[in-house]
Parts: sequence; structure tokens; C-alpha cells
Amino acid sequence: MSERPERPDPIYFEPYDPTLAEKLYNPQKPMENRITDIGPPHYWQFLPPVIQRNYGKWKSHEILQPGVLKYKSETGDVVYVVRCGTPRLETTDYIREICEIADKYCDGYVRWTTRNNVEFHVTDEEKLRALIEDLKSRKMPGGAYKFPIGGTGASVTNIVHTQGWIHCHTAAIDASGVVKAIMDELFDYFGSHKLPAQVRIALACCINMCGAVHCSDIAVVGIHRKPPLIEDDRLEKVCEIPLVIASCPLGAIKPATVEVEGQKRKTVRVNVDRCMFCGNCYTMCPAMPISDGQGDGLAVVVGGKVSNRITPPRFSKVVIPYIPNEPPRWPTAVKWIKKILEVYSQHANKYERIGDWIERIGWERFFELTEIPFTWHLIDDYRLAYDTYRTSMHFKFTNHVETMVDFE
Amino acid sequence: MGEVKKHDTPLLDELKSGPWPSFVDDIYNYAEKHKKQAGFDILGQMELSYKNKETHWKHGGIVGVFGYGGGVIGRYSDQQEKFPAIWAFHTVRVNQPAAKWYHTSALRKLCDLWDHRGSGIMNFHGSTGDIILLGTVTEQLEYIFYDLTHQLKMDLGGSGSNLRTPECCVGMSRCEWSCIDTQDIIYELTMQFQDELHRPAFPYKFKIKVSGCPNDCVAAIARADFSIIGTWRDDIKIDQEAVRAYVGGELKPNAGAHSDRDWGPFDIKKEVIDLCPTKCMFWDEGQKKLYINNRECNRCMHCINVMPEALRPGDDRGATILMGAKAPILEGAQLSTVIVPFMKLEPPYDNLKNLIYKVWDYWMENGKNRERLGETIQRIGLNRFIVDVLGLKPIPQHVREPRSNPYIFWKEEEVEGGWTRDVAEFRRRHPA
Ligand code: HEM
Ligand code: HEM
Ligand code: HEM
Ligand code: SF4
Ligand code: SF4
Ligand code: SF4
Ligand code: SF4
Repeated sequence: MSERPERPDPIYFEPYDPTLAEKLYNPQKPMENRITDIGPPHYWQFLPPVIQRNYGKWKSHEILQPGVLKYKSETGDVVYVVRCGTPRLETTDYIREICEIADKYCDGYVRWTTRNNVEFHVTDEEKLRALIEDLKSRKMPGGAYKFPIGGTGASVTNIVHTQGWIHCHTAAIDASGVVKAIMDELFDYFGSHKLPAQVRIALACCINMCGAVHCSDIAVVGIHRKPPLIEDDRLEKVCEIPLVIASCPLGAIKPATVEVEGQKRKTVRVNVDRCMFCGNCYTMCPAMPISDGQGDGLAVVVGGKVSNRITPPRFSKVVIPYIPNEPPRWPTAVKWIKKILEVYSQHANKYERIGDWIERIGWERFFELTEIPFTWHLIDDYRLAYDTYRTSMHFKFTNHVETMVDFE
Repeated sequence: MGEVKKHDTPLLDELKSGPWPSFVDDIYNYAEKHKKQAGFDILGQMELSYKNKETHWKHGGIVGVFGYGGGVIGRYSDQQEKFPAIWAFHTVRVNQPAAKWYHTSALRKLCDLWDHRGSGIMNFHGSTGDIILLGTVTEQLEYIFYDLTHQLKMDLGGSGSNLRTPECCVGMSRCEWSCIDTQDIIYELTMQFQDELHRPAFPYKFKIKVSGCPNDCVAAIARADFSIIGTWRDDIKIDQEAVRAYVGGELKPNAGAHSDRDWGPFDIKKEVIDLCPTKCMFWDEGQKKLYINNRECNRCMHCINVMPEALRPGDDRGATILMGAKAPILEGAQLSTVIVPFMKLEPPYDNLKNLIYKVWDYWMENGKNRERLGETIQRIGLNRFIVDVLGLKPIPQHVREPRSNPYIFWKEEEVEGGWTRDVAEFRRRHPA
């Protein structure tokens, strides 16, 4: 086992020296004073003493109220955890406020969850109550909670998401703004346990899908709907044409030669009928921009999960192929997500994840109950599409079925 | 610093209201307090994106620190005149400590660094797990790296065609179900694979994630090329007293996860026995005793999740190794596939490291450019990957069901007499 440093490294208690790096780094001799490959700080030094003492000895846990957990150890020790949502995209001042709280109540220890929640740990109930009151009282100037408490049990926990327009060049939608709009609307579900099971929401701003969007109860995925532009005058200078051709999963790109202002230029052409608007070509070639304010928007996918509980992990399925971008609050997307969530909440059995519920009632019933229009886009025609066709007599007569009497 | 210029952002301003924490409010507060033009400019450019519904970042740009091939993502604005403070806005990925525990002394120092050398805007955390420092210029990169390594004992995470920063669930530090030491495993692997993390030499990205049990809180099975998920192979431990307490209503089912709705009194038959996917449980109403036929249990965690005080994973613990998950691009999404059903994981985890090296050796040699491991496995066939590449025995656990077509690529050595035949001889038996 790796050696376990018991206390945070003393170096963290020395103030930051803003001039040190300039003294150490010498552009003429880049190897001078260079430290590399040291890896992350050892985790053990950041564990609170109560966690160190009970590492691997936890016995059971209980959710005292939404967002507040109690863990009991075999040693008899107890630790209370308060879980709070964060925007993920945040400033150093927001982190400093977390530090202030952690210093005040938690001896300076704090952790983040996979889903962008922050967790504060205390060992006595008195402190727990004070911590909760304190967290609840902290608001932003616009009225938002800084540290909403929740995200446990049968709730909608924080949204796993990507960068969007704040940082990515392929983003078809924003990320942080859409997340804020959705969480504002579903806020009640974050801080309560009234759903049949936990609901994990994710968002990816393009079909690269950084993160586990394809296995979420509900997810939003940014999509493009116009083929890439082709800058003939620039393409051969900034792109490797064979790589661009190879990048297209559908073989839709062919080499071409055109005349630009009397000069022959090597470039490419896209067979637009074969393009699925994935943007791979743009990843390889900046002279093939694909974003477009009118064409871009989002798709909604549902029914995926990661946990092995009762049923195996499964992929999410597309239920709404396209909703236009509607900044700043994406009302149509938010409306449908809330609708899906509430129809699920009303109809599912206890412990049933969204995908398990749909499996039980059938997709035709899901579309009927949610009133989401079913269109041709939802019938798969990509690879392995056949797996999704209905090849049995097992279906229900929902309102989609019109009896065929005549057929001209 | 001096004068800062604020832009009008009527659309973004609408994201200040509502109960969920607002990044807009936060960034404005920060920019005003620290007189940071980058804060105003980033929101100015966001506003423009909100207006015309398109991103305003240029395509990539390769930047980095000396000797590393990843960890920094270059980003340039296409509105440099309007928003000069973010003309370059590179991201730095910093390798997080395992399970994302921190002491505020380290966090505050990191914040001081980022105020000084960057925009002050960050992600806690990126979806791969790194701390993301958002927004700096090329000239600062080496200084940031020197500050990180000298003053914070931190290092960069992965980006590009290399090992991405490994990540794990909270594991033994707080979860009673963790069958393996997720944090120690991740720390050990990250330290062992520093070269692979910092110097891209792979066909494409490679992710390693560790969850302590089949609940899979870090989504290892959906996101990692190499998924390590804790499990056990002996009997679920039962505390019959506690089971009776659940049945009697003294303990809250599922640790209280359903507390805000009246689902009626706890019904062990309906909520546990009948939902067990393998139907391997029995509740003896007369004896008030729970029986589990553990041989048939597939360790889905449901009963344990519902009655955490009463049931616990067994003691013969280890991990299942699955490989090949990836997001949909290009060939469609894949979940990881079971490769090693049960592996003991004890420090220094040499068996695990050797398995990873073996996979890498093959993939680096045979993987096509931008082909994830899961796609390589599909291309050559899972059977070939298991048997020929890894030298493992094929077993039913590797598949959900056997194939339904008999189109088998027999190997010549399997067929008696081989494939070389004499056509003249054939025709002697069967005149044309
Ligand atoms: C001792 C009990 C548990 C602990 C300590 C625990 C811990 C965690 C933590 C810290 C997270 C990240 C949460 C967040 O960011 O909001 C998480 C996520 C998750 N947990 Fe648990 N959890 C526990 C019980 C469960 C149960 C009962 C289930 C369900 C059967 C479960 C399945 C999951 C899943 C599927 C995720 C999210 C994976 C994803 O979609 O990214 N966990 N867990
Ligand atoms: C053509 C393929 C891909 C390209 C060009 C690509 C590009 C990028 C870029 C540029 C970023 C940085 C975003 C930023 O910070 O500005 C990023 C982040 C990321 N990518 Fe990808 N990506 C691709 C495929 C994938 C796939 C298939 C996955 C997952 C299976 C993935 C997972 C991630 C993750 C987890 C992040 C971190 C996102 C975050 O911090 O929120 N990427 N990718
Ligand atoms: C090498 C593999 C296969 C063998 C040895 C085989 C053998 C046979 C035989 C002996 C029959 C009865 C023919 C008759 O009525 O005289 C038959 C019928 C049939 N097979 Fe196959 N089969 C094979 C593969 C397949 C596959 C892969 C499919 C479809 C995916 C398929 C679909 C059918 C169908 C639909 C019939 C019924 C045809 C009819 O009644 O008109 N077979 N097969
Ligand atoms: S999902 Fe796509 S657009 Fe969003 S950060 Fe990842 S690569 Fe960029
Ligand atoms: S967007 Fe995708 S499918 Fe369309 S041309 Fe580019 S790579 Fe091919
Ligand atoms: S994956 Fe299992 S062991 Fe890890 S935190 Fe989740 S429930 Fe606990
Ligand atoms: S873990 Fe799952 S399969 Fe095993 S006994 Fe419990 S409910 Fe049944």
C-alpha cells in the first residue's frame, strides 16, 4: 500500500508566493528546476481524522433528511454529511466560501462528489444543525441559494455536464445555462425524496458526449443539423485531407479540386445525403465549421442507467429528436424534461428507475402518457438499427394505432 | 489593472434569478471584486453566444508545457477585438486527489494561484474528474506548471490520445459497500502510469475508473475503457435481527431514500423478494427469517440498498474487470464488457497493472488511429481478444447469450486434415 501521509503537507500552510515561478523557470533552460510526473497529492492527507480512523470500517448509513447522511462505523464512530449542489462552473471566491464553511465546521476538510455536489462532514449533531442553518442562509445577490442541500435518495441530484459556450469550440448548445434553467425548475426534486427512485440527469453539448450522458435517466445532448461548411480557399492550408476523409464515420467526404480566383485548390466535398451532422470532420479540420444558430439545438434521451441494481445498466433512448436553442432559459426543453419526470413520478413503482418503468409499460405507453409526438426520426436507421425493430406480436393498442380499413 | 469594462448581458442576467446557484452572479461578483476584465469579457462573449446561438471559440490550438503532451487545452476567442481579456482562454487540467477530498489549505493556495495567473474561473470538477482551471494565456502556462509542482505538489491531468486522469468513487473512506480500496488503487495506478498520462502514445484516449461495488457511482461501466468494479463471491451477510426491524417498521427502508412520499408500510415480499432479479430470496413469515440462495445471486445490490443495516456484501472481496465503454461517437455507444469476472486486488496491485500493460501493448500495436479499445475489441472480435490477445479462457460470463448464427471463423488447426485438399482426389469421389 502507498504510504499514508497523516496530515496535509506542510507546504499547503505556506502562503502562495506569486513570484517564485518566475525565479525558477528559465525559458532558455526549460529543464532547469523542472519537476515532472509527481502525480496527484496523496489522498490520505486530505481525509478528516474521523475518516482516517474508520477507513474501510463503515457499517451502515441512513439519510436523516434530504441531503443529510449519517454513517455509522464498526468502531462506534459516527459521521454526518451534508451534501450541497454547486454550479460546477465557479470562481475562486465561491471555492473560498466553501473553504470558510469547511474551516468553521469541518476542521478544513471537504469533498466533492462525482456529480458536482460538495460534501461537508461533521461528527456531532450540534454542529450539524448549525452547519445546515448556515448553508441555508447563504444566498447570491440575485436570490439563488449558494449551497442548496439535497441530492440524496429518490431525488434529482446535480446534473453532470460539459462545457458548452463557456469553453468549447464544437458546442451545439450551452451547458451551464441549460443546467441552471433545468435545476431551477426541478429544484423541489433536488431537496426532497418524493420520486420512485433516484433520477440522474446529464447534459452534453455535442455528440462527443464527454461524460455518461448515454446512460442517464434523462439527458440532453446538443446536436447539429446542417452539414459542415467548406472553406475551399483555406482548407488545404489548415487540414490534412486524408485525415479529414478518414474522420467521417459515414464515408461522406470525398477529395476534390476546385478553382479559387484562378488557382487550383485541393479541398473536399461532402455528400450531404449521407451526413449525420456529427462534427467529426470539424474536429479534424477547422476549415469545416458546422455550428449554426438555426440548425443547432438539442435532443432529449431517456431511460438509461449505470447502476446494476435489479436490472443491468442500459443505454438512454432518443425520445425528442430536436428542440431549438432558446437561450437564456430553454423553456421548451425544460418543459418536456419536467413533464417526463412528473409522468414518471406519477406512474412508476417504488424503486423503479425511469428505464425500468418504461420497460414495464412499453415505449408506446410512454409516448402516450407523456404526449411526446412520435416521429420518423425516432426509428433507428444507424448501425444495429434492427435490434430496435418490433419483431413480435407483443404491443399495446395506445392512441397511436389507427385501425387500417382501406389502403389505396 | 485600472479600468474594467462591463458588457451589457440582458440574456445572461436572467440566469441570476431562480433558486439554483447562479454562475452568472458568481462570475460577476468575482469580476467586480477583483477588477478582472476576463470575468466581464467571458460573460460578454457568452451573451453574444446566447444572442446568435453559436459558440465563439476558435478551433483548438496546440499549447502545453515542456515535456508533456497533454493537460492543457488551447482555446482562442473569435471575438478578440471585443473581448481582449479572453483572446486566449486555455484550460489547465489538474489531477484531483482520489475521491476528491481536500483540505482548505490546499484549496485556498490553488485559488491564490489561479487569481494570480488565470481568470479565477474553474470547474470543480471536469467530467473526467480533474480540477479544471478555465482561462489563461500561453505565456502563463509554464509558470502555472511550476507553481503547481513546486508550491502545491500537484500535477497536470490527461488530455489527447493518452491515459486520461483515473477516477474513483468515495470508496472505503465513507461507503460501507466498497469491496475494494478504490482510492488506493487509483492512486497507485495514477503514480505507476505517469508517463502514459502525460505523453500521448495511444491510438486514442484511454480511461480507467474504479467503483467499489455494482452500484457503480462513478459510472465506470459506461465511461471507462477499463472499468474496475468491486464485488464479492461468497454469501451476503445477514443480520436477521435488523431484517426483522425493517419488517417491523423500526428501520426506514433504503436508508430513508423515499421519505417524502407515503408508499405504505414496508413490505419485504413486494419490495425485496419479488424485485430480486434472480428470485433467489425467501422470507419465511412464520420463522421471521430471510434466506438467500447465494449461489444464484447476481450481486445486483438491490436488497443491500434497501436494507443497509441488515445486509452487507460478503467477505471474499475483489473486483470484476470490464473493458471497452465509450460514448456514441463513432460506432455507437458501448458499455464495458466483462473480461475478468473476479480478481483479487491487493497492494501493490501487480496483477492489475500487468493486465493493463498487456491490453495497452496490443492496442498500441493494433488499434487504428482514433479507435477506442471497445472498437478494437469489436473489430477483432471479443472471442479473439479474450483468447488470443489476453490468453484467457472463454466462459459463459463473457456473453449475455451465445451467438445465434453458425457463421464461425474456424481456425485451420481446429479442423482435421487442415484446409489443403486435393481437388483431383475430390473429383475421383465425386465426378463432375
Ligand atoms: C452507502 C451508500 C452510498 C454511498 C456512500 C454512495 C455514494 C455516492 C456518491 C458520493 C455519489 C456521487 C453522488 C453525487 O455526486 O451526487 C454516488 C452516485 C451514484 N450512486 Fe451512490 N452511494 C450510495 C448508495 C447508492 C445506492 C443505494 C445506489 C443505487 C442503487 C447508488 C447508485 C449510484 C449511482 C448510479 C450513482 C451515479 C452514477 C452516475 O450516474 O454518474 N448509490 N453515490
Ligand atoms: C471526436 C471526438 C472528441 C473530441 C474532438 C473531443 C474534444 C474535447 C474537447 C475539446 C474537450 C475540452 C472541452 C473544454 O474544456 O473546452 C473535451 C473534454 C472532454 N471530453 Fe471529449 N472529445 C471527443 C470525444 C470524447 C468522448 C467520446 C468522450 C467520452 C467518452 C469524451 C469525454 C470528454 C470529457 C469527460 C471531457 C471533459 C469535459 C469536462 O470537463 O466537462 N470526449 N473533449
Ligand atoms: C448455416 C446456417 C443455416 C442452416 C444450416 C439452415 C438450414 C435451414 C434449413 C434446413 C431450412 C429448411 C429448408 C427447407 O424447408 O427445406 C431452413 C429454412 C429457413 N432458414 Fe435457415 N439455415 C441456416 C441459417 C439461416 C439464417 C442465418 C437465417 C436467417 C437469418 C435462416 C432463415 C431461414 C428461414 C427464414 C427458413 C424458412 C424458409 C422457408 O420456409 O421458406 N437460416 N434453414
Ligand atoms: S460535449 Fe462536445 S461540445 Fe461539449 S465540451 Fe465535450 S466536446 Fe465540447
Ligand atoms: S458532420 Fe460527420 S457525417 Fe457529416 S461530413 Fe462531417 S464527419 Fe461526415
Ligand atoms: S460505487 Fe458502491 S462502493 Fe462506491 S460509493 Fe457507490 S455504493 Fe459505495
Ligand atoms: S443482491 Fe440482488 S440478486 Fe442478490 S439477493 Fe440481493 S436482490 Fe437478489
